[in-house]
Amino acid sequence: MKCGIVVFPGSNCDHDCFHILKHVLSQETHWLWHKEEANLESFDLVVLPGGFSYGDYLRAGAIASFSPIMNSIVRFAKAGGKVFGICNGFQVLLESGLLPGTLIQNQSRKFICKNVSVRVENTDTPFTRNCRENQVLEIPIAHHQGSYYIDPFSLNQLEENGQILFRYCDATGKVSAESNPNGSVGSVAGVSNEQKNVMGMMPHPERCADPKLMGTDGQIIFQSLISNS
Amino acid sequence: MLAQIHVTFKEGVLDPQGKTVHHALNDLGYDEVLDVNIGKYLEIKLDSASEEEAEIRVREMCERLLANTVIESFRFSLVPTE
Repeated sequence: MKCGIVVFPGSNCDHDCFHILKHVLSQETHWLWHKEEANLESFDLVVLPGGFSYGDYLRAGAIASFSPIMNSIVRFAKAGGKVFGICNGFQVLLESGLLPGTLIQNQSRKFICKNVSVRVENTDTPFTRNCRENQVLEIPIAHHQGSYYIDPFSLNQLEENGQILFRYCDATGKVSAESNPNGSVGSVAGVSNEQKNVMGMMPHPERCADPKLMGTDGQIIFQSLISNS
Repeated sequence: MLAQIHVTFKEGVLDPQGKTVHHALNDLGYDEVLDVNIGKYLEIKLDSASEEEAEIRVREMCERLLANTVIESFRFSLVPTE
């Protein structure tokens, strides 16, 4: 699988993503610089990593969504290419209109950095096809602006289209207000577009995908993409 | 010309900052405070040929970048400058 990792000014999880794809999972991986448009035709996957692109000025992801590389990524996504946004990358995908909804400040107003459980809600996507139905993954979150918001009608539509890929839950897979760390509507932790080739999530699977570190639950998402390409 | 732009959360969108300030004001004894909304205020200096043109362009700036219209609404006024 040929992968590209986008580097915005302020990205800080780009090297983690690069490390997992290239060194842990032995995939061909390239950097994509935000200032240049790129020919992505030969790529299988583009990852928008976490961080604080452009210092999160104005709104998280707002300025990055107008970077030259985003023109190439929008074209790539429209042609069916797989695009994966993690944390700040998710925020960029929402701001660019590739994914529906938006992310607002956590209900607690605090930056939250901890391991959480998420339940796989749809296994029929390139990002989740190696998962079991309702599988619970333990993946860390680290964000201040991670409360997913969309109007109730659109949330219902996402549900009907199977676009909700992950929900925050407890260790047994139960979804409740207590297991929702940031106040996201519907406990949504990750969503895809209607075609299922663009996905964004707040938890960081790249932080739990190297066997040298504690936990490898995040690997299954990258493995799904690899076995699908 | 100067554009004075206010960007605020739409009704129904949770505003945790506003809520916190609301409680703080009540704690200080300002019981008349019913609700607090915190937004952004931007001043943009413009070199526009006319007010009509500025109006169109500023609206476009708000829709494209300055406000996220999924959760935010905006209003602005144009003030002449020397």
